[in-house]
Order: sequence, then structure tokens, then C-alpha cells
Amino acid sequence: MAVMTYREALNQALREELRRDERVFVIGEEVGLYDGAYKVTQGLLKEFGAKRIVDTPIAESGFTGVGIGAAMVGLRPVVEMMTFNFALVALDQIVNAAAKLSYMSGGQFNVPIVIRGPGGPAHQLAAQHSQSMEVYFYHVPGLKVVRPSTPADAKGLLKSAIRDDNPVVFIESETLYGIKGEVPDDPDFTIPLGQAVVRREGRDVTVIAYTGMLYRALEAAEALEKEGISVEIVDPRTLRPMDVPTIIGSVRKTHRVVVAEAGAGFAGMGSEISAFITEQAFDDLDAPVERVTGANAPMPYAKNLERAKTPSKEKIMAAVRRVCYANGS
Amino acid sequence: MREPTRDQALRIYRTMHLIRRFEERVAECFAAAEIPGFIHLAVGQESVPATVCALLERDDLVGATHRGHGQVLAKGAEPRRVMAELFGRATGYCRGKGGSMHLCAMDLGVLGTNGVVGANLPIAVGTALAAQVRATRQVTVGFFGDGAANTGAAHEALNLAAVWDLPVVFVCENNLYAEFTPQAVHTKGTSIAARAAAYGMRGVQVDGNDVPALFDAAAEAVDAARSGAGPTLLEAMTYRWRGHHEGDPMAYRAKDELEAWRAKDAIPRFRAWLVERGMLAADEDERLVGAVAAEVDDATEFARRSPWPAPEAALEDVHA
Repeated sequence: MAVMTYREALNQALREELRRDERVFVIGEEVGLYDGAYKVTQGLLKEFGAKRIVDTPIAESGFTGVGIGAAMVGLRPVVEMMTFNFALVALDQIVNAAAKLSYMSGGQFNVPIVIRGPGGPAHQLAAQHSQSMEVYFYHVPGLKVVRPSTPADAKGLLKSAIRDDNPVVFIESETLYGIKGEVPDDPDFTIPLGQAVVRREGRDVTVIAYTGMLYRALEAAEALEKEGISVEIVDPRTLRPMDVPTIIGSVRKTHRVVVAEAGAGFAGMGSEISAFITEQAFDDLDAPVERVTGANAPMPYAKNLERAKTPSKEKIMAAVRRVCYANGS
Repeated sequence: MREPTRDQALRIYRTMHLIRRFEERVAECFAAAEIPGFIHLAVGQESVPATVCALLERDDLVGATHRGHGQVLAKGAEPRRVMAELFGRATGYCRGKGGSMHLCAMDLGVLGTNGVVGANLPIAVGTALAAQVRATRQVTVGFFGDGAANTGAAHEALNLAAVWDLPVVFVCENNLYAEFTPQAVHTKGTSIAARAAAYGMRGVQVDGNDVPALFDAAAEAVDAARSGAGPTLLEAMTYRWRGHHEGDPMAYRAKDELEAWRAKDAIPRFRAWLVERGMLAADEDERLVGAVAAEVDDATEFARRSPWPAPEAALEDVHA
């Protein structure tokens, strides 16, 4: 095990997969000469050359389509979105081509493409650069959607995404690029897509959270421990396909659920999670599922407004107390 | 000037007839409610895919459009399996799951017709990038229309292909109408090909209903792509005889305009060229036209008697 940042773990995953499989290539804005807007692709141009690390103009629709075409004839592109918010410009290619070509062609084509980059709220990046972009993609049959929360997950899940024969939307986080953690050295270390993980064992309540919200939830759990509430935390890691059995298993153990997500709540991830919990584990629930979500507004710019819009440790704690019918402060 | 060989010329001529007959049959089957959905026919434009695809190898690639039955047939697709797909049958190329606007034939390099105007072009650039990286000498043809020329996807695709010198030929079938709107309403310039200069690639505008002229221009473009000399924007001026889609009453254009273009029909024009060169005797022509008609009859009957997809196929192929 080596200790490295989330950014370095992603870089190592790319480097290992580029070495392992000559069909893999990286394409996007600033990925080569500039070493990546967030330095995830640092040093890759030097090692692999311009045919494998392809700098593009600012043309998300164009270079995403290029990746899809290349994938249709057997290459394995990793398309970088400088920020995942820009994937909206490429939404037609991702939804209408990447996601559906296997289906529309009756199984003739498959599209082994990874579309990756950072998403979610960061530090006062305002309305167009702070969106929790997963919501636009996990609705679409044919796409797999990953949101890794730790350096080890970032590496293991990215390697699995690159090796997958399907289109994978892989959304990182600006706020996590600098966090450090232990990462296995084995070049064949992968984490299967579609497997959730229990981040913290607990007895009284299950909190489901990923990326930045996972860390708010872990802080909340530590504080709640002192109030005598034992919190279990499940990180789905892959949002589609969702590891429903792991979540249901935790619900059957704790009987109370809070879902925390950074994005606006309406038709968000928490809506879907609370729906399948209701369908599959209604009789196990001792309280209604609570959602802690971003406010139903675009992300404001001012620091205090950003804080007001975004779920906090305190909001998660309050929700946990509510589902536990506990009268904490 | 490059002229088609006799074999190439007869293949082009036959393909034009095949597309014409096939599309007319599709119109009949649509009117009889045997074919559902949105159907965009290319009657009047047959010469463009027939000529361009006669220059391609089997492993070359084609990114087709929503008006793409002819492009797919010209690349060598079996009429039976194309018709069966339009009928939504299990024997179609896409097992009845794609239809007219998502018609793919992977083994022939047909990347698919595309229901989103212009969206096929970045994908065509992607297969061209793969061919360049792997040095396969494959050429990709990206068909599009004058309507697609105004999409952002087309602009991005043209720029990317030019900056990377990719082996792709962009073939604009300029039929003067984007959906239901004449070109002058949405496009100031009169030449799509003239835009090529701004991208730093060759641009050629040619009478698309003049097969020898189109062949010459397309041969140069395909050779350039195959030899590593980069992309070409080839604009073939032609005309759509039928509506944007079947059922379109075409109230937006004058009858004499259509009649004027019918008089410029590429099929009799090319027949005269063939006859003049002694490449086509009268009895050969009759035999060829008869064989094409029989092939389309056979394709239609094949589609009609083919089974529907099994219901469980609705949930197959979502993932590879």
C-alpha cells in the first residue's frame, strides 16, 4: 500500500491501463501539453505520446463523438471533461449515441468509453460549475455511473471503468483531488462496478452518502456517537447499477435511513434510493426515509449563500436525530 | 478526369436503380401502414451515395444520416435485412430495434443512420481517428445535408478532422431544403463547400446528379483520405423529390421546381452516358432494371413474412 492523493490515484490508474492495453487512449481539453486542468493526466503525454494523449479544441460534443466513433471500432477512449458541467454540451452524444448504440444496433456495436472529470460543488464556482452532474446520466439506460469517494476507490473503479465494455460516466470531485489515502500497489487491483461499501459500521441508523457528502456524514457520525447514536454509513460508489442489496441489508439492520446528496433534491439520487427502500424494505422501517439535499436553487456564488444551499454536517445530524426520534440540541 | 471503369459504372447505375426502387417501395409500404414511424426518403438523391460508396472498400466506414437507406444500401447492405428492419422484424440488421433512423451494419462499416441531424459527423471523425492511429488505410465517409451543415456538431467535426488530417470525406447531399425550409431562409451563403477553406481543408462543389463529375471529385477525395492527405468537404448539389418525411404534403415548394429537377434526374442522364460509351446495351438495361425490381419484391416479401422480435428482446443489448 502506498499513500497518495485521489488525483495521483487517478493518474496511476490511467498510466497502468495505458500501459496494459494499447487500445486505451485519453482525449480532451488540456490533457496533454498542459498536463490536465486538474493535473490528473500529469506526465502522460511525455510517457505515451500525442497519439495516446490527444489534446482537443474546446468542442465537447465533437470530441465526445470522436471517442464514441473510436470506441465503436475497438479502441477504448477515456474522454476528459475539464469539468463535468461541460458534459451538458455533449449530452446528445452521450445519451443518444454512447448509451444507446448497443441497443439500437441490436447488439452489433458496443461503446467501451469512459467519460470522466470533476463534478459537484467545489469552492464558490457558482451556478454553471458546481452541479452534481450524475443526475443527468443515471436516468439513462445503457450508461453506468460512478462517483468515487476515496483515493483507492478512484483508482480501482477507474481501472474497472476502462476495462468495461460499456459507456461509463465517471464523475470525480474537485474538492477530493487533494485528499490522501492508502492505495494498493498491485497493477491488477480493481474494484468492480456496482458494489457499494459500508464505510462505517453502526446500529441505529443508515446514512447513504458519496463523495463530499460522505465526509460530512462521517463527521456527523463521530459527533452523533457522543450523543449515543450509532451511525452506519454506506457509500454506493456506483450509482448505476446501484448495489441495492447492500443498502437494503443495512436498512434491515438499522431500520432508519438518511440519504445525503449535494445536488438539488427534486428527483435526485435520494428520491430513487428512498423509493426502492420503500418498495423492498417498507416493513423494516421504523421511520420515514429522510433526504438531506442541496436546496432547490442554482448554486449561488457568495460564500455564505453557497453554504446555505449545500448540505452540511449539522443538517445531516439533524436528519439523523429526526429519524431516530431523538431530541438532541 | 477520373472515369469509372465499366464495372464501377454499372455498379453505380444498378445501385441508383436499387435505391430508387427500394425507396418507392418503402413509400408504398408506409402508405399501407406496413412501415411505421418517421421515414425520410432519398428519391432524387440516389446518385450521391451510389457514386461515393462505389469508391469504398468493404472495411471502409460510413456515418449515415436520417435520410440514409440509400447510403446503407450503397455500402452493400442486403435489401432484405434493411427492409426487414424498417418493418421492425427480428431479421432486420438491428433485430427490429433500430428502424429507419438507427440502421447499423457493423460488418459493412455502416456506423448507423442517425436520428439527430449532424450528430453522425463527430462519430465519423472518431472512426477516422482510429484508422489513422492504427494505420489501417480505412476511409470514413460522413454523409450530411445542408441542414446539418449549420449544426455545431458539423462545425466541430470539420475542424477536428482538418486539424488532425484525418482520413475522412464529408459528403454534403445538398438537396436545398432543411426539413421543410428552403436554404435561403437559414443559410446566407450558397456554398457549403466554400466553408472548407476556413477549416483548412479541400472543398469541392459538384453537380450531384452528374455521376461522372461526382465520381471524379469523390475519387480524388477518397484517394486523398486513403493516402494520408487529409479530409475533403464534398458538396453534391441534388434534390429531394419527396417530402422531409413520408406524409409531408410539401406545401412549401412550387410544383415547377420539382418538375425542373425531375428533368435533371441522374438516372437517365447516367444511362445516356453509359450507352454513349457502349457500356450498356438496351437489353442489358432491361435485365438490370428487372433484376432490381425482383430484388426489391423479394426484400419486401422477406420482410413481410419475417417474425416479430421476441418480447424478451426489449431488454436485451442495453449493455454489451
